[in-house]
Amino acid sequence: MSTDVMVASATLDIEKIRKDFPILERKVYGKPLVYFDNGATAQKPWAVIKGIEDYYTQLNSNVHRGVHHLSQQATDAYEASRRKIQAFLNAKHEHEVIYTKGTTDAINLVAYSYGKQFVKAGDTVIISAMEHHSNIVPWQIMCEDRGAQLKVIPINDKGELQMDAFAQLLHDRVKLISVAYVSNTLGTINPVKEIIELAHQYKIPVFLDAAQAVQHIPIDVQELDVDFLVFSGHKIYGPTGIGILYGKEALLNQMPPYQGGGSMIKQVTFEKTTYHDLPFRFEAGTPNIEACINLGTAIDYVTNIGLPAIQQYEHELLEYLTEQLLAIDKLRIIGTAAEKSGVVSFIVEGVHPYDVGVLLDKLGIAVRTGHHCTQPLMEFFGIPGTVRVSLAFYNTKAEIDQLAAGITRAVNMLT
Amino acid sequence: MMSINEIQDELIDEFSMYSDWMEKYEYIIQLGKELPLIKDEYKLDENLIRGCQARVWLHADYRDGLVHFTADSDAIITKGLVSMVVRVLSGHQPAEIVQADLYFVDKVGLKEHLSVTRSNGLLSMIKQMKVYALALQSKAS
Repeated sequence: MSTDVMVASATLDIEKIRKDFPILERKVYGKPLVYFDNGATAQKPWAVIKGIEDYYTQLNSNVHRGVHHLSQQATDAYEASRRKIQAFLNAKHEHEVIYTKGTTDAINLVAYSYGKQFVKAGDTVIISAMEHHSNIVPWQIMCEDRGAQLKVIPINDKGELQMDAFAQLLHDRVKLISVAYVSNTLGTINPVKEIIELAHQYKIPVFLDAAQAVQHIPIDVQELDVDFLVFSGHKIYGPTGIGILYGKEALLNQMPPYQGGGSMIKQVTFEKTTYHDLPFRFEAGTPNIEACINLGTAIDYVTNIGLPAIQQYEHELLEYLTEQLLAIDKLRIIGTAAEKSGVVSFIVEGVHPYDVGVLLDKLGIAVRTGHHCTQPLMEFFGIPGTVRVSLAFYNTKAEIDQLAAGITRAVNMLT
Repeated sequence: MMSINEIQDELIDEFSMYSDWMEKYEYIIQLGKELPLIKDEYKLDENLIRGCQARVWLHADYRDGLVHFTADSDAIITKGLVSMVVRVLSGHQPAEIVQADLYFVDKVGLKEHLSVTRSNGLLSMIKQMKVYALALQSKAS
């Protein structure tokens, strides 16, 4: 670990950070909110909340259309945000950053457009056994449509990808590999660098679902040499309804539009339409302007605190959480990979996860219960669901203590 | 024989003793544990009401003009909630069940369990009970 990270961690003032998130001051059922559902969506700092207000009070107008002053300003802010995201990912070109409605939308875009251009009958697309439904179904639809087959990288009992089995799946007819950077259910950090290097030996592009990664791990798309990477704004402290598709210019340029409409065209006649250049070709219609601008605000906020410091602090929380949970009788953690990010799923023998979630809720503690949109994964572990605790850098060890006490109390009531 | 509304009022009265949420849930869990289990032969997929998270099995019997429900769930809080609805609706005529307004759920502070996002199968179960009753009612008429 570098000294920079150590110093940064020492200066992370959690009490001060918590004051940036007004919702953390509210109570539920008369108890202070303890929010451990950050994997579903993260809370928003004042900077983002104010940013949305500022947009509607100062800037509101359509982008890339008007000659008037407001439209110019809104367009400038909209494009400035794109450059912030470019810098955040270290993308080579700003037009490699495409605004979408979210991770799901971005996956569907690539599944449709890349599929149409590059996937033919008899080809293969590879995903993994730990994928979110969003990173299964769009590929399934595309494969059915193209007459291609979907292959799945198996996992071991710890919830790690079986890299040997992965290597055996690779051949010339594999047209794309799409995997999660971090599993939303297990917290496993996949060896994405290794996956990309291996895939590139066969000239296979790699698509990363980074919805659970960008808010926890610094990402450099050029260093990774990843071909596509997608994430959602709302999980990185930004607005909902906004996501990002990063794609290499050379690939995006070969892909046909996903949706037709305004602002994605060069010229329209009833006979033939020619399309706009990147990134606008993939941004049909009036975008979610205030969200696009304030995703940039959220990224500024995260960058100012510093992802290495966030990563370090969240790792401390993760270790403490794991320790506290394992001290609870009959509790079993689902997902024990060597490399994990801020997610812990667990079950308690003889207790339904739903019951634990309901009782924790009444104690003011928000967790997620269920299959977490990963039904094939639940089937692999032979369980109906889990209780999932997902961390953010505004969480504290004191909150983890409250959680552990809450789980113990709930289990005592339920058994 | 108490009417549907009398049973609901009785439940509201029982819950009025508890001011704290956790006490309320202690009671719901206790009710869940007391629920007469559905016979295994009826615990079939065709009797399964799919919530997103908790599963609920429901069986209806029609005897002497009255509908009798038995039910079970794999989650105990859901089972407790199910037991309350069974207690209210079971043993009544189809027409009474179809028309029943289950105001007790709101009155005892459990309205959230009927929201579609809770996905615990309770709302689907109530709908299913009414569907059974409606089918029996139209068969009888």
